[in-house]
Amino acid sequence: MKKKMLYLGAAAWLSSAAGVQAADVNLGRNLAASCANCHGTDGRSVGGIPELAGMSKGKMLGLLNEFRSGAKPATIMHQISRGYTDEQLTLIAEYFASRTAQGGGK
Amino acid sequence: MSIGRRSFIQGSLGLSAMAALYGCAGAGAGRASGHVVVVGGGFGGATAAKYIAMWSGGGVRVTLVERNAAFVSCPVSNLVLAGEKQMSDITVGYEGLAKYGVKVVQDEVTAVDPERRVVKLARGGDLSYDRVVLSPGVDFMYGSLPGLASADAQARIPHAWKAGPQTVALRSQLEAMPDGGVFALCIPRAPFRCPPGPYERASMVAWYLKRKKPRSKVLVLDANEDIVSKKGLFKKAWDDQYKGIIEYRPQNELRDVDAANRIALLDFDKVKADVLNVIPPQRAGDIAAQAGLKLINDRWVEIDWLTMESTSTPGVHVIGDAVFPAPTMPKSGHMANQHGKVAAAAIVNLMAGLPPSDAPLVMNTCYSFVDDAHAVHVASVHPYDPATRQPQPVKGAGGLSAAPTEMEGKYALAWAHNIWADMLT
Repeated sequence: MKKKMLYLGAAAWLSSAAGVQAADVNLGRNLAASCANCHGTDGRSVGGIPELAGMSKGKMLGLLNEFRSGAKPATIMHQISRGYTDEQLTLIAEYFASRTAQGGGK
Repeated sequence: MSIGRRSFIQGSLGLSAMAALYGCAGAGAGRASGHVVVVGGGFGGATAAKYIAMWSGGGVRVTLVERNAAFVSCPVSNLVLAGEKQMSDITVGYEGLAKYGVKVVQDEVTAVDPERRVVKLARGGDLSYDRVVLSPGVDFMYGSLPGLASADAQARIPHAWKAGPQTVALRSQLEAMPDGGVFALCIPRAPFRCPPGPYERASMVAWYLKRKKPRSKVLVLDANEDIVSKKGLFKKAWDDQYKGIIEYRPQNELRDVDAANRIALLDFDKVKADVLNVIPPQRAGDIAAQAGLKLINDRWVEIDWLTMESTSTPGVHVIGDAVFPAPTMPKSGHMANQHGKVAAAAIVNLMAGLPPSDAPLVMNTCYSFVDDAHAVHVASVHPYDPATRQPQPVKGAGGLSAAPTEMEGKYALAWAHNIWADMLT
């Protein structure tokens, strides 16, 4: 079963690669890197701005949605979070959830 | 492609496996390998060097060539002018890049030969490359200001628009200025590096003068129609805090300088200053023209926004202030860092035989101080738009601070420490 799914997945990827540009498997990593200027490389902040590495996907998407709606007050995140699509934010949240927080814990 | 399927593929196949699959259709696919030379270790170049090394897992050999021994940040340098920070606070060494495998060479690049794919160094010893990243920042167009042509004149009339010895020189002149003196700041027509920077500088010099030399003035001679960035916020701060100190004169383009007497020569006026700070007009760092890259308006490099590669010259990627910007995209250190990551992702893919991502995204955050503690921001998000083939700002996203706050002053410094770490450690 797993082998078959792998084959199907690969076939789907190849069919999209047949177009001019292929979807990039690193899209989540690349989008998350746009957060790193303030939140640290891979979400590991050096201080003064919240750490994102190791934050659960659910918690991060919850926070981002509260920023976007204005439910959670912010100095800047309400403006930045509105610049990303739901799909982009999901990829970003998945990427940071997969990173190990500083200090080793998740 | 749905998220579920994308996640499944990501989880099931590593990059090398994907590369192998792509190899069925393309040629030369595999683990990213080869040699990249990065020219310029500022916000763009240092970021590109680190991220190429990191994202290729050390597969791509990276050499960063930088003329200075350490990175000195333009952001926060206006606080050094005001005496609120020291040079050591805005200086970070390059040694942190070694752990990613980046080799840092302190030297001056004299030429790039895109035909032979060679970078020439002042001290001799050419570097061969498979791809080169130019992050040369800006150079000044002294041709339009003959009075500033000599090195003597440039030392007497500092720009302090590249942080380092120029910052120290301008700070010394400001400290030596008598109470009751005039600090004149000349701003060129946009586009220039750091659109809000001159207005932050006016604010921070005024902050210093207000406390130490209260009879003095800051005269802002702006070639533009009005304040270029964060206009309402700066105007309000100047009204609230610096009335009688800052005088703002729009549409006052500098025509030449009498350096010996510190006189700014305008169309209908001559202004004598005790400290004359001229920010000259700018263009892409000289190496871009030397390399024969296509420039727009003879100033900025035209690039392909999917790869940051020069449209005229294969194998040469250009990032940061030197590029002809996409709509509403500022020339900022933050944006240069984001360019560096787009270039890094594209280069790592290309050097593995994979296509670049078709959906890069860059965003900008820029803080400005209005005094020692209070700051304001402007932010924007720019995903790639396939229709116009360049990043476009998302409508309804981004924006400005409502007012200067102490909290944003703290965030401004935290931003600085985090972005310096993102580049260099």
